[in-house]
Amino acid sequence: MVKIYESSTEVIKDVVSGSTIMIGGFGICGIAENLLRALYNSGSDKLNLITLTAHIDGYGVGKLIDAKRVKSMIASYIGENKEVERQYFNGEIEIDLIPQGTFAERMRAQGVGIPAFYSPVGVGTEVAEGKEVRVINGKEYILEEALGADFAFVKAWKADTKGNLVYRKTAKNFNPVMATAGKITIAEVEEIVPAGELDPNEIDTPGIYVQRLVKGEFFEKKIERLTLKK
Amino acid sequence: MPLTKEQLANRVAKEVKSGTYVNLGIGMPSLVANYISPEIDVTFQTENGILGLGGYPTENEVDADLTNASKQTVTTLPGAAIVDSVEAFSMIRGGHIDLTILGGMEVDQYGNIANWKIPGKLVKGMGGAMDLVAGAKRVIVMMQHTSPDGKSKILKNCTLPLTGKSVVSEVFTDFARFVFENGEMILTELAKDITLDELKAKTEASFKISPTLQILE
Repeated sequence: MVKIYESSTEVIKDVVSGSTIMIGGFGICGIAENLLRALYNSGSDKLNLITLTAHIDGYGVGKLIDAKRVKSMIASYIGENKEVERQYFNGEIEIDLIPQGTFAERMRAQGVGIPAFYSPVGVGTEVAEGKEVRVINGKEYILEEALGADFAFVKAWKADTKGNLVYRKTAKNFNPVMATAGKITIAEVEEIVPAGELDPNEIDTPGIYVQRLVKGEFFEKKIERLTLKK
Repeated sequence: MPLTKEQLANRVAKEVKSGTYVNLGIGMPSLVANYISPEIDVTFQTENGILGLGGYPTENEVDADLTNASKQTVTTLPGAAIVDSVEAFSMIRGGHIDLTILGGMEVDQYGNIANWKIPGKLVKGMGGAMDLVAGAKRVIVMMQHTSPDGKSKILKNCTLPLTGKSVVSEVFTDFARFVFENGEMILTELAKDITLDELKAKTEASFKISPTLQILE
Protein backbone atom coordinates (compact mmCIF):
# COMPACT_ATOMS: atom_id res chain seq x y z
CA MET A 1 0.00 0.00 0.00
CA VAL A 2 1.41 3.35 -1.01
CA LYS A 3 2.27 5.98 1.58
CA ILE A 4 2.27 9.63 0.57
CA TYR A 5 5.09 11.71 2.06
CA GLU A 6 5.22 15.46 2.59
CA SER A 7 8.76 16.07 1.36
CA SER A 8 11.57 14.56 -0.68
CA THR A 9 13.84 14.78 2.39
CA GLU A 10 11.44 12.69 4.45
CA VAL A 11 10.71 10.11 1.75
CA ILE A 12 14.39 9.14 1.35
CA LYS A 13 15.32 9.30 5.07
CA ASP A 14 16.27 5.61 5.29
CA VAL A 15 18.36 5.61 2.10
CA VAL A 16 21.50 5.23 4.14
CA SER A 17 25.15 4.98 3.13
CA GLY A 18 25.87 1.80 1.19
CA SER A 19 22.35 1.50 -0.25
CA THR A 20 21.76 0.15 -3.73
CA ILE A 21 19.50 2.47 -5.71
CA MET A 22 17.96 2.25 -9.17
CA ILE A 23 17.55 5.63 -10.79
CA GLY A 24 15.14 6.02 -13.69
CA GLY A 25 15.85 8.30 -16.62
CA PHE A 26 17.48 8.34 -20.03
CA GLY A 27 20.37 10.73 -19.61
CA ILE A 28 18.66 13.41 -17.54
CA CYS A 29 15.28 13.04 -19.25
CA GLY A 30 12.84 11.63 -16.70
CA ILE A 31 15.08 11.59 -13.62
CA ALA A 32 13.71 12.02 -10.10
CA GLU A 33 15.54 15.28 -9.64
CA ASN A 34 13.98 16.13 -6.26
CA LEU A 35 14.86 12.72 -4.79
CA LEU A 36 18.41 13.05 -6.11
CA ARG A 37 18.72 16.54 -4.61
CA ALA A 38 17.46 15.20 -1.27
CA LEU A 39 19.88 12.27 -1.49
CA TYR A 40 22.73 14.69 -2.11
CA ASN A 41 21.69 16.79 0.89
CA SER A 42 21.33 13.69 3.10
CA GLY A 43 25.07 13.09 3.00
CA SER A 44 24.70 9.33 2.39
CA ASP A 45 27.73 7.91 0.67
CA LYS A 46 29.28 4.63 -0.59
CA LEU A 47 26.22 4.45 -2.80
CA ASN A 48 25.71 1.70 -5.34
CA LEU A 49 23.78 3.11 -8.25
CA ILE A 50 21.97 1.38 -11.06
CA THR A 51 21.48 4.06 -13.66
CA LEU A 52 21.60 4.09 -17.46
CA THR A 53 24.09 6.97 -17.56
CA ALA A 54 26.19 9.04 -15.14
CA HIS A 55 24.07 12.07 -16.10
CA ILE A 56 26.16 15.20 -16.59
CA ASP A 57 28.87 16.90 -14.56
CA GLY A 58 27.32 18.73 -11.61
CA TYR A 59 23.72 17.58 -12.13
CA GLY A 60 21.66 14.57 -11.08
CA VAL A 61 23.88 11.59 -10.29
CA GLY A 62 26.78 13.70 -11.59
CA LYS A 63 26.65 15.78 -8.42
CA LEU A 64 27.02 12.68 -6.21
CA ILE A 65 29.89 11.45 -8.37
CA ASP A 66 31.64 14.83 -8.15
CA ALA A 67 31.40 14.56 -4.34
CA LYS A 68 32.89 11.02 -4.52
CA ARG A 69 29.90 9.50 -2.81
CA VAL A 70 29.30 6.78 -5.39
CA LYS A 71 31.07 3.49 -4.73
CA SER A 72 29.82 1.57 -7.73
CA MET A 73 27.65 1.94 -10.77
CA ILE A 74 25.88 -0.45 -13.07
CA ALA A 75 25.32 1.57 -16.23
CA SER A 76 25.34 1.31 -20.00
CA TYR A 77 26.70 4.61 -21.26
CA ILE A 78 28.85 7.14 -19.40
CA GLY A 79 30.11 9.18 -22.36
CA GLU A 80 28.69 12.51 -21.17
CA ASN A 81 30.40 12.68 -17.78
CA LYS A 82 34.15 13.41 -17.78
CA GLU A 83 34.54 13.11 -14.00
CA VAL A 84 33.18 9.56 -13.86
CA GLU A 85 35.66 8.51 -16.55
CA ARG A 86 38.48 10.11 -14.55
CA GLN A 87 37.42 8.31 -11.34
CA TYR A 88 37.10 5.04 -13.24
CA PHE A 89 40.62 5.19 -14.67
CA ASN A 90 41.96 6.15 -11.21
CA GLY A 91 40.21 3.18 -9.62
CA GLU A 92 38.03 5.43 -7.44
CA ILE A 93 34.73 4.01 -8.68
CA GLU A 94 33.63 0.55 -9.82
CA ILE A 95 31.69 0.55 -13.06
CA ASP A 96 29.95 -2.39 -14.67
CA LEU A 97 28.87 -1.45 -18.19
CA ILE A 98 26.16 -3.62 -19.67
CA PRO A 99 24.15 -3.52 -22.89
CA GLN A 100 21.16 -1.24 -22.58
CA GLY A 101 18.53 -3.80 -23.51
CA THR A 102 20.09 -6.33 -21.13
CA PHE A 103 20.01 -3.64 -18.43
CA ALA A 104 16.26 -3.24 -19.02
CA GLU A 105 15.53 -6.95 -19.29
CA ARG A 106 17.47 -7.89 -16.14
CA MET A 107 15.28 -5.50 -14.17
CA ARG A 108 12.18 -6.76 -15.92
CA ALA A 109 13.18 -10.30 -14.90
CA GLN A 110 13.52 -9.17 -11.27
CA GLY A 111 10.09 -7.57 -11.34
CA VAL A 112 8.37 -10.61 -12.82
CA GLY A 113 10.10 -13.24 -10.68
CA ILE A 114 12.37 -14.76 -13.33
CA PRO A 115 15.85 -15.33 -11.82
CA ALA A 116 17.75 -15.41 -15.12
CA PHE A 117 17.26 -15.63 -18.87
CA TYR A 118 19.23 -16.47 -22.01
CA SER A 119 20.07 -13.54 -24.28
CA PRO A 120 21.75 -13.27 -27.68
CA VAL A 121 23.20 -9.85 -26.77
CA GLY A 122 26.94 -9.72 -26.19
CA VAL A 123 27.74 -13.28 -27.31
CA GLY A 124 31.44 -13.42 -28.22
CA THR A 125 32.22 -10.13 -26.44
CA GLU A 126 33.57 -9.09 -23.01
CA VAL A 127 29.98 -9.09 -21.79
CA ALA A 128 29.88 -12.89 -22.13
CA GLU A 129 32.98 -13.46 -19.96
CA GLY A 130 32.23 -15.74 -17.02
CA LYS A 131 28.65 -16.37 -18.12
CA GLU A 132 27.05 -19.66 -19.00
CA VAL A 133 26.70 -20.10 -22.76
CA ARG A 134 23.93 -22.25 -24.14
CA VAL A 135 23.12 -23.22 -27.72
CA ILE A 136 19.40 -23.16 -28.47
CA ASN A 137 18.25 -24.08 -31.98
CA GLY A 138 21.81 -23.74 -33.23
CA LYS A 139 22.37 -20.22 -31.90
CA GLU A 140 24.49 -19.14 -28.91
CA TYR A 141 23.00 -17.34 -25.94
CA ILE A 142 24.40 -16.18 -22.61
CA LEU A 143 22.75 -16.43 -19.22
CA GLU A 144 21.88 -13.06 -17.69
CA GLU A 145 20.67 -12.75 -14.10
CA ALA A 146 17.85 -10.63 -12.73
CA LEU A 147 18.81 -7.26 -11.25
CA GLY A 148 17.15 -5.76 -8.17
CA ALA A 149 17.86 -2.95 -5.71
CA ASP A 150 17.05 -1.76 -2.18
CA PHE A 151 15.36 1.32 -3.59
CA ALA A 152 14.07 2.50 -6.96
CA PHE A 153 13.83 6.26 -7.56
CA VAL A 154 11.27 6.76 -10.29
CA LYS A 155 9.87 9.90 -11.83
CA ALA A 156 6.33 10.01 -13.16
CA TRP A 157 4.14 12.81 -14.43
CA LYS A 158 1.01 12.15 -12.40
CA ALA A 159 -0.02 9.82 -9.64
CA ASP A 160 -3.28 9.20 -7.86
CA THR A 161 -3.61 8.59 -4.14
CA LYS A 162 -3.53 4.82 -4.78
CA GLY A 163 0.00 5.15 -6.19
CA ASN A 164 -0.99 4.54 -9.80
CA LEU A 165 1.45 6.31 -12.10
CA VAL A 166 1.29 7.93 -15.53
CA TYR A 167 4.46 8.99 -17.34
CA ARG A 168 4.91 11.68 -19.94
CA LYS A 169 6.51 11.08 -23.37
CA THR A 170 10.09 9.74 -23.35
CA ALA A 171 10.49 10.65 -19.68
CA LYS A 172 8.96 7.18 -19.25
CA ASN A 173 12.06 5.17 -20.32
CA PHE A 174 13.39 2.98 -17.43
CA ASN A 175 11.00 4.30 -14.79
CA PRO A 176 8.23 1.67 -15.18
CA VAL A 177 10.60 -1.31 -15.12
CA MET A 178 12.57 0.04 -12.16
CA ALA A 179 9.30 0.52 -10.29
CA THR A 180 8.78 -3.25 -10.52
CA ALA A 181 12.37 -4.16 -9.54
CA GLY A 182 13.02 -2.05 -6.43
CA LYS A 183 12.29 -3.50 -2.96
CA ILE A 184 11.08 -0.04 -2.00
CA THR A 185 9.95 2.04 -4.96
CA ILE A 186 9.79 5.76 -4.34
CA ALA A 187 7.90 7.73 -6.97
CA GLU A 188 8.39 11.45 -7.42
CA VAL A 189 5.59 13.08 -9.41
CA GLU A 190 4.56 16.49 -10.66
CA GLU A 191 0.97 16.13 -9.50
CA ILE A 192 -1.03 13.87 -7.15
CA VAL A 193 -4.73 13.59 -7.95
CA PRO A 194 -7.52 11.87 -5.98
CA ALA A 195 -8.12 8.18 -6.74
CA GLY A 196 -10.63 7.92 -9.56
CA GLU A 197 -9.35 10.87 -11.55
CA LEU A 198 -6.94 8.84 -13.68
CA ASP A 199 -8.49 6.60 -16.33
CA PRO A 200 -7.78 2.97 -15.26
CA ASN A 201 -7.03 2.20 -18.93
CA GLU A 202 -4.27 4.77 -19.05
CA ILE A 203 -2.24 3.70 -15.97
CA ASP A 204 1.39 2.89 -16.84
CA THR A 205 2.52 1.64 -13.42
CA PRO A 206 -0.19 0.23 -11.16
CA GLY A 207 0.06 1.26 -7.50
CA ILE A 208 0.97 -2.27 -6.36
CA TYR A 209 4.57 -1.53 -7.42
CA VAL A 210 4.82 1.80 -5.61
CA GLN A 211 5.55 1.92 -1.87
CA ARG A 212 6.13 5.65 -1.42
CA LEU A 213 4.93 8.73 -3.23
CA VAL A 214 5.95 12.36 -3.05
CA LYS A 215 5.09 15.45 -5.02
CA GLY A 216 8.38 16.97 -6.19
CA GLU A 217 9.07 20.42 -4.73
CA PHE A 218 10.79 21.93 -7.75
CA PHE A 219 11.24 20.76 -11.33
CA GLU A 220 14.17 22.25 -13.14
CA LYS A 221 13.87 19.71 -16.00
CA LYS A 222 17.24 20.51 -17.50
CA ILE A 223 17.75 19.62 -21.15
CA GLU A 224 20.93 17.71 -21.97
CA ARG A 225 21.18 18.74 -25.64
CA LEU A 226 18.83 21.46 -26.74
CA THR A 227 18.62 21.01 -30.52
CA LEU A 228 16.37 23.19 -32.65
CA LYS A 229 14.99 22.92 -36.15
CA LYS A 230 17.24 24.72 -38.62
CA MET B 1 38.32 10.56 -54.45
CA PRO B 2 37.15 9.33 -51.06
CA LEU B 3 33.61 10.40 -50.20
CA THR B 4 32.86 13.23 -47.79
CA LYS B 5 30.68 12.42 -44.77
CA GLU B 6 27.73 14.00 -46.56
CA GLN B 7 28.31 12.01 -49.77
CA LEU B 8 28.59 8.84 -47.72
CA ALA B 9 25.36 9.63 -45.84
CA ASN B 10 23.66 10.26 -49.19
CA ARG B 11 24.84 6.85 -50.47
CA VAL B 12 23.80 4.97 -47.33
CA ALA B 13 20.39 6.68 -47.41
CA LYS B 14 19.63 4.72 -50.59
CA GLU B 15 19.64 1.54 -48.47
CA VAL B 16 16.63 2.78 -46.49
CA LYS B 17 13.51 1.26 -48.05
CA SER B 18 9.82 2.14 -47.83
CA GLY B 19 7.79 0.29 -45.25
CA THR B 20 10.70 -0.44 -42.93
CA TYR B 21 11.52 0.31 -39.29
CA VAL B 22 14.98 1.76 -38.87
CA ASN B 23 17.19 2.71 -35.92
CA LEU B 24 20.00 5.18 -36.64
CA GLY B 25 23.00 5.29 -34.32
CA ILE B 26 24.52 8.49 -32.99
CA GLY B 27 27.21 10.41 -34.88
CA MET B 28 27.65 9.90 -38.63
CA PRO B 29 24.61 7.59 -39.04
CA SER B 30 22.28 10.34 -37.84
CA LEU B 31 23.21 12.32 -40.99
CA VAL B 32 21.56 9.63 -43.13
CA ALA B 33 18.08 10.90 -42.24
CA ASN B 34 18.82 14.16 -44.10
CA TYR B 35 19.24 12.35 -47.43
CA ILE B 36 16.26 10.02 -47.52
CA SER B 37 13.96 10.81 -50.42
CA PRO B 38 10.52 12.15 -49.37
CA GLU B 39 8.84 9.29 -51.29
CA ILE B 40 10.35 6.76 -48.89
CA ASP B 41 7.91 5.92 -46.10
CA VAL B 42 10.23 4.86 -43.27
CA THR B 43 9.57 4.78 -39.54
CA PHE B 44 12.50 5.66 -37.28
CA GLN B 45 12.81 4.04 -33.89
CA THR B 46 14.92 5.39 -31.04
CA GLU B 47 15.95 3.07 -28.22
CA ASN B 48 14.78 5.51 -25.56
CA GLY B 49 11.23 4.75 -26.67
CA ILE B 50 10.01 6.51 -29.82
CA LEU B 51 8.58 4.69 -32.81
CA GLY B 52 7.88 7.43 -35.34
CA LEU B 53 10.62 9.95 -34.61
CA GLY B 54 10.20 13.42 -36.15
CA GLY B 55 12.67 16.26 -36.71
CA TYR B 56 14.09 18.74 -34.23
CA PRO B 57 11.58 21.11 -32.60
CA THR B 58 11.05 24.82 -33.07
CA GLU B 59 11.68 26.92 -29.97
CA ASN B 60 7.98 26.74 -29.09
CA GLU B 61 7.83 22.97 -29.50
CA VAL B 62 10.79 22.19 -27.20
CA ASP B 63 9.80 19.70 -24.51
CA ALA B 64 12.28 18.46 -21.88
CA ASP B 65 10.25 15.22 -21.73
CA LEU B 66 10.77 14.41 -25.41
CA THR B 67 14.30 13.53 -26.47
CA ASN B 68 16.05 11.01 -28.72
CA ALA B 69 18.72 8.47 -27.78
CA SER B 70 21.41 11.16 -28.24
CA LYS B 71 19.50 13.17 -25.57
CA GLN B 72 18.63 15.85 -28.13
CA THR B 73 15.24 17.53 -28.11
CA VAL B 74 13.02 16.08 -30.86
CA THR B 75 9.42 15.82 -32.06
CA THR B 76 7.23 12.86 -32.99
CA LEU B 77 5.40 12.33 -36.27
CA PRO B 78 1.64 11.70 -36.61
CA GLY B 79 1.07 8.02 -35.81
CA ALA B 80 4.03 7.78 -33.44
CA ALA B 81 4.08 5.53 -30.39
CA ILE B 82 6.05 6.12 -27.20
CA VAL B 83 7.05 3.11 -25.15
CA ASP B 84 9.21 2.33 -22.14
CA SER B 85 12.75 0.94 -22.37
CA VAL B 86 11.74 -2.72 -21.97
CA GLU B 87 9.41 -2.42 -24.95
CA ALA B 88 11.91 -0.40 -27.01
CA PHE B 89 14.42 -3.24 -26.60
CA SER B 90 11.79 -5.90 -27.18
CA MET B 91 11.47 -4.36 -30.65
CA ILE B 92 15.25 -4.44 -31.07
CA ARG B 93 16.21 -7.79 -29.54
CA GLY B 94 13.05 -9.44 -30.82
CA GLY B 95 14.03 -8.93 -34.46
CA HIS B 96 11.38 -6.35 -35.30
CA ILE B 97 13.79 -3.65 -36.50
CA ASP B 98 14.55 -4.05 -40.21
CA LEU B 99 17.74 -2.04 -40.32
CA THR B 100 20.19 -0.37 -37.99
CA ILE B 101 22.96 1.94 -39.16
CA LEU B 102 25.83 2.33 -36.70
CA GLY B 103 29.22 3.98 -36.53
CA GLY B 104 32.31 1.85 -36.00
CA MET B 105 35.82 2.17 -34.61
CA GLU B 106 36.90 -1.11 -36.25
CA VAL B 107 35.30 -3.74 -38.49
CA ASP B 108 37.07 -6.94 -39.49
CA GLN B 109 36.80 -9.42 -42.35
CA TYR B 110 34.63 -11.77 -40.27
CA GLY B 111 31.92 -9.14 -39.82
CA ASN B 112 32.94 -8.34 -36.24
CA ILE B 113 32.50 -4.78 -35.05
CA ALA B 114 34.08 -2.77 -32.21
CA ASN B 115 32.72 0.64 -31.31
CA TRP B 116 32.39 1.12 -27.55
CA LYS B 117 35.67 1.06 -25.70
CA ILE B 118 39.41 1.75 -26.06
CA PRO B 119 41.01 0.01 -23.05
CA GLY B 120 42.87 2.45 -20.83
CA LYS B 121 41.89 5.45 -22.96
CA LEU B 122 38.18 5.75 -23.51
CA VAL B 123 35.26 4.08 -21.86
CA LYS B 124 31.93 5.40 -22.95
CA GLY B 125 29.90 2.22 -22.85
CA MET B 126 28.02 0.20 -25.42
CA GLY B 127 24.62 1.78 -24.80
CA GLY B 128 22.18 0.06 -27.14
CA ALA B 129 24.74 -0.93 -29.78
CA MET B 130 25.21 -4.54 -28.64
CA ASP B 131 21.46 -5.08 -28.56
CA LEU B 132 21.05 -3.50 -31.99
CA VAL B 133 23.72 -5.61 -33.69
CA ALA B 134 22.36 -8.77 -32.06
CA GLY B 135 18.73 -8.11 -32.93
CA ALA B 136 18.30 -5.98 -36.06
CA LYS B 137 17.62 -7.87 -39.29
CA ARG B 138 20.27 -5.91 -41.17
CA VAL B 139 23.29 -4.14 -39.68
CA ILE B 140 25.02 -1.45 -41.72
CA VAL B 141 28.19 0.13 -40.37
CA MET B 142 29.35 3.47 -41.76
CA MET B 143 32.79 4.73 -40.81
CA GLN B 144 36.06 6.24 -41.95
CA HIS B 145 38.23 3.69 -43.75
CA THR B 146 41.41 4.77 -41.93
CA SER B 147 42.34 6.54 -38.70
CA PRO B 148 43.59 10.16 -38.92
CA ASP B 149 47.17 8.81 -39.08
CA GLY B 150 46.29 6.60 -42.05
CA LYS B 151 45.97 3.19 -40.33
CA SER B 152 43.36 0.80 -41.68
CA LYS B 153 40.20 0.43 -39.59
CA ILE B 154 39.03 -2.46 -41.79
CA LEU B 155 41.07 -5.23 -40.21
CA LYS B 156 41.84 -8.94 -40.33
CA ASN B 157 40.81 -9.12 -36.69
CA CYS B 158 39.41 -6.34 -34.53
CA THR B 159 41.89 -5.29 -31.83
CA LEU B 160 39.39 -3.41 -29.63
CA PRO B 161 36.75 -5.09 -27.43
CA LEU B 162 33.94 -6.32 -29.68
CA THR B 163 30.42 -4.95 -29.82
CA GLY B 164 29.23 -7.98 -31.78
CA LYS B 165 30.63 -11.12 -33.34
CA SER B 166 29.85 -11.84 -37.02
CA VAL B 167 26.94 -9.42 -36.97
CA VAL B 168 27.75 -6.86 -39.68
CA SER B 169 25.76 -7.18 -42.93
CA GLU B 170 27.75 -4.55 -44.78
CA VAL B 171 30.17 -1.72 -44.13
CA PHE B 172 30.35 1.59 -45.99
CA THR B 173 33.50 3.69 -45.73
CA ASP B 174 34.66 6.84 -47.48
CA PHE B 175 36.48 4.50 -49.91
CA ALA B 176 34.34 1.44 -50.42
CA ARG B 177 31.36 -0.75 -49.67
CA PHE B 178 31.91 -4.32 -48.49
CA VAL B 179 29.20 -6.92 -48.05
CA PHE B 180 29.51 -9.94 -45.73
CA GLU B 181 28.19 -13.17 -47.22
CA ASN B 182 28.75 -16.75 -46.08
CA GLY B 183 31.69 -15.74 -43.92
CA GLU B 184 33.38 -13.75 -46.68
CA MET B 185 33.95 -10.05 -47.09
CA ILE B 186 33.22 -8.90 -50.64
CA LEU B 187 34.04 -5.53 -52.18
CA THR B 188 30.97 -4.41 -54.13
CA GLU B 189 31.59 -0.68 -54.59
CA LEU B 190 34.71 1.44 -54.85
CA ALA B 191 34.99 5.24 -54.77
CA LYS B 192 35.63 6.95 -58.10
CA ASP B 193 39.28 7.34 -59.20
CA ILE B 194 40.53 5.00 -56.46
CA THR B 195 42.39 1.98 -57.81
CA LEU B 196 42.11 -1.49 -56.33
CA ASP B 197 45.79 -1.33 -55.38
CA GLU B 198 45.20 1.93 -53.50
CA LEU B 199 42.28 0.36 -51.67
CA LYS B 200 44.28 -2.75 -50.81
CA ALA B 201 47.07 -0.56 -49.42
CA LYS B 202 44.55 1.08 -47.10
CA THR B 203 42.82 -2.15 -46.08
CA GLU B 204 44.35 -4.69 -43.71
CA ALA B 205 41.48 -7.16 -44.18
CA SER B 206 41.45 -9.76 -46.95
CA PHE B 207 38.47 -9.47 -49.25
CA LYS B 208 37.04 -10.83 -52.46
CA ILE B 209 36.01 -8.61 -55.33
CA SER B 210 32.50 -8.78 -56.68
CA PRO B 211 32.32 -9.59 -60.42
CA THR B 212 29.83 -6.71 -60.68
CA LEU B 213 31.98 -4.10 -58.90
CA GLN B 214 30.41 -0.65 -59.06
CA ILE B 215 31.32 2.93 -58.24
CA LEU B 216 30.56 4.08 -54.67
CA GLU B 217 28.62 7.29 -55.15
